[in-house]
Amino acid sequence: MKLMKYLGAAALALAVTGTANAENVKIGVVLPFSGANADLGQQMDKAFDLYVKLHAKDIAPNTVELIKRDEGPPTGAQAKTVATELITNDKVNMLAGFSFSPSSIALAPVVTQAKIPMVISNAGTAWITNLSPYIVRLSFSMWHHGYPMGAFAYDKIGCKTAALAYTDFPPGKDSTEAFKTGFEKAGGKIVDSVPLGSPVQVPDFTPYFQKIKDEKPDCMYVFIPSGAHATGVTKAYGELGMRKAGVKLIGPMDLIPDNKLQDMGDAAIGTIVMGNYAVDLENAENKAFNEEWHKAYGKDSYPDFMSAAAWDSMHAIFDAIKKLNGKVDDGAKVVDAMKGWSTNGPRGHVMIDADTRDIVQDEHAMEVIRKPDGKLGIKVLGTTKAVKDECKVQKIGRCAS
Amino acid sequence: MPHFAIIAVSILFDGLAYAMFLFITSVGLSVTMGLMGFVNLAHGAFAMAGGYIVVSLTRNLGIGFVPSLAVAAVTVGAVSVVFERGLYRRLYKATDLEQVLLTIGLAFMAIATATYLYGPIPKSVPLPEWLQGDINLGFRSFPSYRAFLIVLGVVLVTVLWYAFERTNIGAKIRAAVDNRRMAESVGINVDLLFTLTFAVGSGLAALGGGLAIQLFGLSPSFAVLYLVLFLIVVAVGGLGSLKGTLMAALVIGIIDTGGKYLLAEAGGFFIYAITVVVLLIKPAGFYGRE
Amino acid sequence: MAVSDSKAAERVLDVSADRRQARDRAAGYLLRRHHFQWPEALPWIVAIAAFFLFPDRMTFGSQVLVMIMFALSLDLILGYAGIVTLGHAAFFGIGAYTVGLGAARLGWTEPVSGLFAAAIVSAFVGFITGWFLLRYRGLTLLMLTLATAIMLQETGNLRSDFSGGYDGLPGLEFKPLLGLFDYDLYGHTYYLYALAVLAVVFFFVRRIVYSPFGQALTGIRENVKRMHAIGSPVHRRLVTVYSIAAGIAGIAGALFTQTNAYVTLTVFDFDNSAKVMVMLILGGTGRLYGAFLGAAVYMVLEDHLSKLSPTFWQFGIGLLLVLAVLFARRGVLGLFEDAGQYLKRFRS
Repeated sequence: MKLMKYLGAAALALAVTGTANAENVKIGVVLPFSGANADLGQQMDKAFDLYVKLHAKDIAPNTVELIKRDEGPPTGAQAKTVATELITNDKVNMLAGFSFSPSSIALAPVVTQAKIPMVISNAGTAWITNLSPYIVRLSFSMWHHGYPMGAFAYDKIGCKTAALAYTDFPPGKDSTEAFKTGFEKAGGKIVDSVPLGSPVQVPDFTPYFQKIKDEKPDCMYVFIPSGAHATGVTKAYGELGMRKAGVKLIGPMDLIPDNKLQDMGDAAIGTIVMGNYAVDLENAENKAFNEEWHKAYGKDSYPDFMSAAAWDSMHAIFDAIKKLNGKVDDGAKVVDAMKGWSTNGPRGHVMIDADTRDIVQDEHAMEVIRKPDGKLGIKVLGTTKAVKDECKVQKIGRCAS
Repeated sequence: MPHFAIIAVSILFDGLAYAMFLFITSVGLSVTMGLMGFVNLAHGAFAMAGGYIVVSLTRNLGIGFVPSLAVAAVTVGAVSVVFERGLYRRLYKATDLEQVLLTIGLAFMAIATATYLYGPIPKSVPLPEWLQGDINLGFRSFPSYRAFLIVLGVVLVTVLWYAFERTNIGAKIRAAVDNRRMAESVGINVDLLFTLTFAVGSGLAALGGGLAIQLFGLSPSFAVLYLVLFLIVVAVGGLGSLKGTLMAALVIGIIDTGGKYLLAEAGGFFIYAITVVVLLIKPAGFYGRE
Repeated sequence: MAVSDSKAAERVLDVSADRRQARDRAAGYLLRRHHFQWPEALPWIVAIAAFFLFPDRMTFGSQVLVMIMFALSLDLILGYAGIVTLGHAAFFGIGAYTVGLGAARLGWTEPVSGLFAAAIVSAFVGFITGWFLLRYRGLTLLMLTLATAIMLQETGNLRSDFSGGYDGLPGLEFKPLLGLFDYDLYGHTYYLYALAVLAVVFFFVRRIVYSPFGQALTGIRENVKRMHAIGSPVHRRLVTVYSIAAGIAGIAGALFTQTNAYVTLTVFDFDNSAKVMVMLILGGTGRLYGAFLGAAVYMVLEDHLSKLSPTFWQFGIGLLLVLAVLFARRGVLGLFEDAGQYLKRFRS
């Protein structure tokens, strides 16, 4: 018995010395795991886990440890509390995740003070990256999709007039503002702008859309959070027969998240969105990503743009760990390692702008089609290469500071 | 037809469909609170359960949408009896606060269970062909699903009205709502009556949950997300009043729809403004007992 | 004549003696309850011990203290005066936005005076709404208070250029406390600050509930008709206590903004009103310390469960509530009281 104990201790000692120069990097993952937005958290969480599982060997002998906490509702408060404690109590080296803009905004002063890098995998309010030099964003700004959609809608889709409809919270206003700026610059005319109620509950969309239908614009640009709202929009649009009436449904890719697309049915066909990712995007990395995803989570589970951003986030983190050989104690160095980082990921070529720490990526105009295998999918209509966050480029409003 | 008339007809039609959904889902809550004074905040959880049963039946077993609705209503109604007999019954004499705690606790558990079983991604259901298109009346086309909601609502209102006003059981329920002790002393078995109405109310909630999928999508948090809306209908209508609940559902459904159509900027305001105005003037709601 | 006169005088004397006795008894009762008993020191010892035992967890600790204060303010109206409201978050939110807007728009960044401002503004709104709404009771009052809170939220969203809307007021900076202690990452300063404010508020509330005014409130809770009958100014008393509770909720909200350096419109959510009510009932209403126990138990459990299972922790919380109703009718505090009673009987 005693011998066993000694042997055990010896083995442990050996293990400790054997990995003495390897670092264990702790990453705090903050995502909404419960509540009305739990599905957003799940989409990103699955991508994080998958990346770590498949690429752990890339950073050997160093290891990573994900410590997950519930981001809670989009209030900022709970996210701030759990993330602060991840720093003070769990001593994480960096933070990743963040579904909601308020969480990132609330946390910005904390990561600045603690000098902990914060990798954002979703939150899309444009000016977030200005709030702290430790914030790096791998997802998008509302302007990434909205602004190029303006010109595309006027030139290519043939929208001379458009109505805006948006969920009444900052990302919605951001997105429609971005579209309006691009659309009016191209020569288009906005006929109406309709707020669609709060982001918390999915409203009955019919009366709003009925009103827009009566105004007969060429296109209706809709922004909604990509959770349950998305399905509601397509349903109401389909029920009202708006496409037959000549009103095209356009918007950012949040309208047709891949994991809900199959449920939307025929009503979704013909919808044109601007976005950085779709399951059907053709590139080698995306094909491999999808194969691994289906292998891990089953054939009915689909990654979506959040999963792709989360995947790239973890990729950037791993590359930074590799570059620094596991020495990630200095947060500023980690952020520096990520500046100018680029890769070919599921979304195609992406790069972190060294000045703004925001992502630079290709934007695709995509139309929903019925694929030969009977499933819904998308067809790429056109691609704009290397799109930056136009809000910061043009220094509009809060993006200026 | 002049433009404003077309708008008015649209608002009336959409509002009516919305009102029917509100009525179907809320009427059970109203009767529970009116008859037993029981605050059942898990009412939304029964609606959610109904919704998920419809999802399972239509998507996994390939049963049609309408039969699935019926099965969901009956199943949830039956299962609710277990809850009523096992849990709720113990708390009829307890304070409102304890009832709130119990039923909120149940709602939380229901949400976690639904997340475990179905995952957090919002679900939708395949509709039969005849519910997907729209009905064209020349001057305007109307979604057939909404027409279906209205027809179903009118049928249910008629059936419930008949059962409530014209049958023996209905008379007993009305008596028990008015004065429980008196009803008991003339030999009405109020306990049994309550179990029955509770089951019917929960079944209707489940039906409402199934119907809501097409309108709002269905995710686990449905159990609490629309609870406030149901409570508003109950309070504005008056506790335990069938007529009141119908009236409240109509007023709220139509004014809310009109507000969204005509003045979207203040969209969220209307429903609460109506509530405040009605309750300030008539504290017990349209047909509640003061 | 004379005889009956003297008899009447005797009677009057008797009555006044009776009255004196009754008055003495009442005063004695109030004083007795007013005296501190040693178990009352327990929560404060725990709070201070937590500071030394879990120095890395003070950000969470501050949030617990804020919720305790919020629950305490609800106890004052729900537990003592029997006012059931689902809109208490309105006052929490008004307090939160008073210091938030003050710091963001007016440059008013001194924290302690911010608390006073929050208390005054919230209490004022409490007075106005209370004046109109406290004529109602039951479900009607519930829905009216709820609608008030949500309408405030909607107003904030309509003017999101001013309020910051659902993205909130970011990067609020407050001056160091008393000009000396700055905000630290570990939240130590704000924990002690919140604890001090809670102590002041608590002794204020304690004084109120053990005063004759507090007894009158309990009377209203127990039997409002009788209180009307004995000529107690019921409505005025309810409005008074409602304003006080609103002010305290406002202080809790102000602390919330200060500790987070951030506030969004979600503070007005129905969830916030409902959660604080659940915490209070869980701890036990009408007992002051129920707020402490309920908020602490709920939040610590939520924290632990959500670490254990970020996705399914709600099941555990739900189960706790159901069990509490079935086996601890008067809240967790009631459970302790029962145990105490049992021990006493056991000893004697």
